[in-house]
Amino acid sequence: MNETLQDLGEYLRGAMPDAVEAVSQEHDQLVLICKRNQIAAFLTYLRDDSSCLFKVLIDICGVDFPERDQRFEVVYHLQSLRLNQRIRVKVICGENDIVPSVTSVFSSANWYERETWDFYGIMFSDHPDLRRLLTDYGFDGHPLRKDFPLTGHVEVRYDEEQKRVVYEPVKLTQAFRSFDFMSPWEGTDYVLPGDEKAEDAAEGGS
Amino acid sequence: MAVTEIKNLTMNFGPQHPAAHGVLRLVLEMDGEIVERADPHIGLLHRGTEKLIEHKTYLQSVPYFDRLDYVSPMCQEHAFALAVETLLEIKAPLRGQYIRVLFSEITRILNHLLNISAFALDVGAMTPLLWWFEEREVLMEFYERVSGARLHSAYFRPGGVHRDMPAGMAEDIMEFVERFPAMIDDVEHLLTENRIFKQRTVDIGVATPEQAMDWGFSGPMLRGSGVAWDLRKAEPYDVYEKMDFDIPIGKNGDCYDRYLIRLEEMRQSLRIMKQCLEQMPEGPVRSTDPKISPPRRAEMKTSMEALIHHFKLYTEGYHVEPGETYNAVEAPKGEFGVYVVSDGTNKPYRCKIRAPGFAFLQATDFLGKGYMLADVVAIIGSMDIVFGEIDR
Repeated sequence: MNETLQDLGEYLRGAMPDAVEAVSQEHDQLVLICKRNQIAAFLTYLRDDSSCLFKVLIDICGVDFPERDQRFEVVYHLQSLRLNQRIRVKVICGENDIVPSVTSVFSSANWYERETWDFYGIMFSDHPDLRRLLTDYGFDGHPLRKDFPLTGHVEVRYDEEQKRVVYEPVKLTQAFRSFDFMSPWEGTDYVLPGDEKAEDAAEGGS
Repeated sequence: MAVTEIKNLTMNFGPQHPAAHGVLRLVLEMDGEIVERADPHIGLLHRGTEKLIEHKTYLQSVPYFDRLDYVSPMCQEHAFALAVETLLEIKAPLRGQYIRVLFSEITRILNHLLNISAFALDVGAMTPLLWWFEEREVLMEFYERVSGARLHSAYFRPGGVHRDMPAGMAEDIMEFVERFPAMIDDVEHLLTENRIFKQRTVDIGVATPEQAMDWGFSGPMLRGSGVAWDLRKAEPYDVYEKMDFDIPIGKNGDCYDRYLIRLEEMRQSLRIMKQCLEQMPEGPVRSTDPKISPPRRAEMKTSMEALIHHFKLYTEGYHVEPGETYNAVEAPKGEFGVYVVSDGTNKPYRCKIRAPGFAFLQATDFLGKGYMLADVVAIIGSMDIVFGEIDR
């Protein structure tokens, strides 16, 4: 537990009680959870307050937890060159929620938010240009969601007859196998081929 | 007199253009030869690294980091190794840390050699590229001797480095350190006071310190604008705090300052390498915890336990306690960070890669606005763009 970071976290909680929901530390890194509608105001405060001066937005990314009610986390990493500190701010949002954009606070947020939209389908309001960034032109789906298959849905090849690149459903000569190497004594989730019904029966019976 | 309406011209630059440094497609809105707006289209080299890493064990993820910024592979492995070490709450042994710092600096020279010479080529000087590619080959031979591969080395692993340096290598690196400053001088004579080179770079692509921070710059791009900031000094990792070196800072934030900084950083890297070689202690190079680092081959011939550890580590891998961490290193291009979320299994739950070039490239519009088309080429050259890390 780092004292300076703890003090900083408590200071921020005191300064913006409406925004900060939780303060914690992980591996000596400060983590704050911020209310969704307050994020732009909170980052502005972090940037401008004389005892914070988190002037560099390092990164914005999404994390997907499909089993939660509100499945996404949007994670902001900020850095203060003056204090030589880093801070991680998280916003929790569901599939249909809209997160306020912070492009007006940090210019660098533009592409980070586009990337987050591209990969996770998290919408940002008031973003000047919320297009896809890294995936193909005309790509369908949000590839870093946990329910998006690793192999994707379409593949491309050059068609000699049509003289252009064509899109086709993915054909795998060998099925993609995700081996479960977890120890059988420490909670693996094996599905024996042909034994899928056993679990259903057990669930139905109880 | 009839009023003539002049329409801006939209021009497509790339994706296959030698000055685009890879697969950059720029859509430029031109007013004559002046750039009004630049819209970079990226993602042509997107390989889904982050998604792939979610399906690999921690050790299997290491080689993906070589393939991000393929000009400075080891620095990126370094960031990942530090992140996993933070989650595992272990530290590499001292000799391992020295080797990592030594090779990080070799990587920095490797990167700057390519960047400066390719930048010079973009603005019209061909000779540095021809001279320095030979030196790059020498450095890549060091890579090969230590890891077996010239480029994609997979040498820095969580817990240390894969194996110790072979005998005689320290002497060879020392000889290189002694010899190399003359090569820097040679190119410096060609470029630094060269009239054409200065006309192409001085006062081009200027960013003030405030703007540089607003756009999330790091590394030479931030230092070029006059911000004294280097992660090797600010958040020293491994043995950087024991090293004595200086950080060059620019004044004007233009392409020329960034070039000068990279040149000076190479000299400082040589200083660090020399200190590493002089101070390097004997001892293990990777963690001695058998649950994390695999046993030696010879041990496996006699010890059953070693054989089991070997089998388990290369199939299941090690489990990492639930948690999350962001670790960054001063890669040659700037701050390269890895944000790893672990859920307690043997695979990362989420691995976000923060590439320095990504932040630089999105500032193309802001840096290039109002300059000539040829200046955009100089700006992109001075940013040190590599598409492996931007598109991921």
